[in-house]
Amino acid sequence: MPLMHCKGKGAAIRHTGAAMPTQLLLEAQDLRVERSGRPLVEGLDLRLAAGDALWLRGRNGCGKSTLLRTLAGLRAPAAGRLTRHAPLRYLGHARGLRDELTVQEQFEFSAQLAGLRPDAAALRHFGLQRLARRPLRCLSAGQRQRAALAPLALPQQQATLWLLDEPFDALDPEGVQQLAELLQAHAAAGGAWVAVSHQAVPGLCAAERRLDA
Amino acid sequence: MNGSALLMREARLAGRSPQEALLPLAFFVLAAALFPLGIGPEPERLREIAPGVLWVGALLAALLSLHTLFDADHRSGALDQLLLPPRSGLPLVWAKLALHWLSHGLPLLLTAPLLALMFGLNAADLGLLLLTLLLGTPLLSLLGALAAALTLGLRHAALLNLLLVLPLAVPALIFGSGAVAAQQAGLPVQGHVSLLAALLLLGLLGLPPAIAAALRIAVAS
Repeated sequence: MPLMHCKGKGAAIRHTGAAMPTQLLLEAQDLRVERSGRPLVEGLDLRLAAGDALWLRGRNGCGKSTLLRTLAGLRAPAAGRLTRHAPLRYLGHARGLRDELTVQEQFEFSAQLAGLRPDAAALRHFGLQRLARRPLRCLSAGQRQRAALAPLALPQQQATLWLLDEPFDALDPEGVQQLAELLQAHAAAGGAWVAVSHQAVPGLCAAERRLDA
Repeated sequence: MNGSALLMREARLAGRSPQEALLPLAFFVLAAALFPLGIGPEPERLREIAPGVLWVGALLAALLSLHTLFDADHRSGALDQLLLPPRSGLPLVWAKLALHWLSHGLPLLLTAPLLALMFGLNAADLGLLLLTLLLGTPLLSLLGALAAALTLGLRHAALLNLLLVLPLAVPALIFGSGAVAAQQAGLPVQGHVSLLAALLLLGLLGLPPAIAAALRIAVAS
C-alpha cells in the first residue's frame, strides 16, 4: 500500500477529503500538565479531528508520556479543559500485556475490552499467527510489541483516537512498515492518532508538535 | 464491560500461577498445626483456643495473598487498559474479588474442617466456625483489596497493607471467633453472627466503589 504524501502544516495532517465534514475527536484548551507539582506542559491547545495524525516530539523527560496519559484520561490535567468526543485506544509505556497469557488470549481479551470482535486477521497483520499459542513471557521484545499493537488492526466500528507511546519501539523494519501502513489507513478511514516517538518513520506523514520548544 | 471476559481472564491468570493460592493455604495449615505443638495436647484447652487460632490463621493467610492483588496488572500496564475512560473500575474489582475468594477463601474454608478435627472441635462448633468463616473470608478479601489498592505502587506496600488491614479486621475477628467461643460456653450466638453478616453486607456495598476509586488514584500517580 503506497504511503500518502504530506501536505500542509496544520495542527495535524488531515487525510480526509475537504468535502467530508470533519468530526472532532478530542479537544484540549489551555491544558497544563504537572508531575509532582512541577509543570511539564503549559497552555497547550490541541484539536484532533477525524483524519488527523500527530507526532509529539521532545527531549527525554519533557512530559510527552505524561501528556499522553492525560489526554487518555488516566491522569487529570492540572488546569485547562479536555473534552473527548470519541472512543480511545491507548498504548502506554507499559504495554499492558500479562506474561502468563498466550498471545491469542491476550489479543482476545484486549479486543473484548475495546468492544470489538477478535478477528484473527489482526494477528496476521503483524505476523503473529504462528505465535498465537505461545505465552507472552516467551516472546522477544519486538514480538511483544507486535502483540501489544495487534488489537489496533481490528476493524473499528466508529472513529477512534489512538494515543501511542513509542509505538515503533523494538520493531524490525518490516514491523515498522506494517505499523506505518496501519496508522496511515486508520487516519484515512476517519480515525486519528497521536504518537510519542523519537524515531523518524520515512514515508509516514503526520504533523509534528515539539513540547520542549 | 464484559464481565465474563474479565472473570475468564482472572481465572486463567490464577490457574497459571497456582502457587499463589497454595502458599497462603500451606501457611494456614502449618501455622494452625504449630499451636498444639507449642501449647500442649490438653483437649480442653485446644478446643478453647481453636476458634481464635483458626480465625487469626485465616486472617493472616488472606493478608499474605492480598497485597499483590493488583500488582502485576499495575506493573504490566494492564490496569491502564482496564481503567481507560470511559471504563469503570467496578467490574474489574468484582472480578478480582470473586476470583480471590474462589482461589483463596474457599480453599481455606475447605481445609478448616481438617484443622478443626486436630483441635477436637465437635460438629456443632465446627459448623458454626465454618459459617463465620463463610461470612468472614469475603470480608477479609474486601478489606485486603482496599488496602492493596491504596498501597499500589508504594514501597513497603506489603507492610503498609498489614498495618492498614489488621485494625480494620478486628471487628470481624472478634465476632467470628467470639461466636464459636460463645457457643462453647453455652451462650447465644445469634448476635455475633448477625453482626458479622452486617459487616459483610456493609463491606459488599461500600468497599468495591472505594477500591475502584483507589485504583484510579494509583493509575493517575
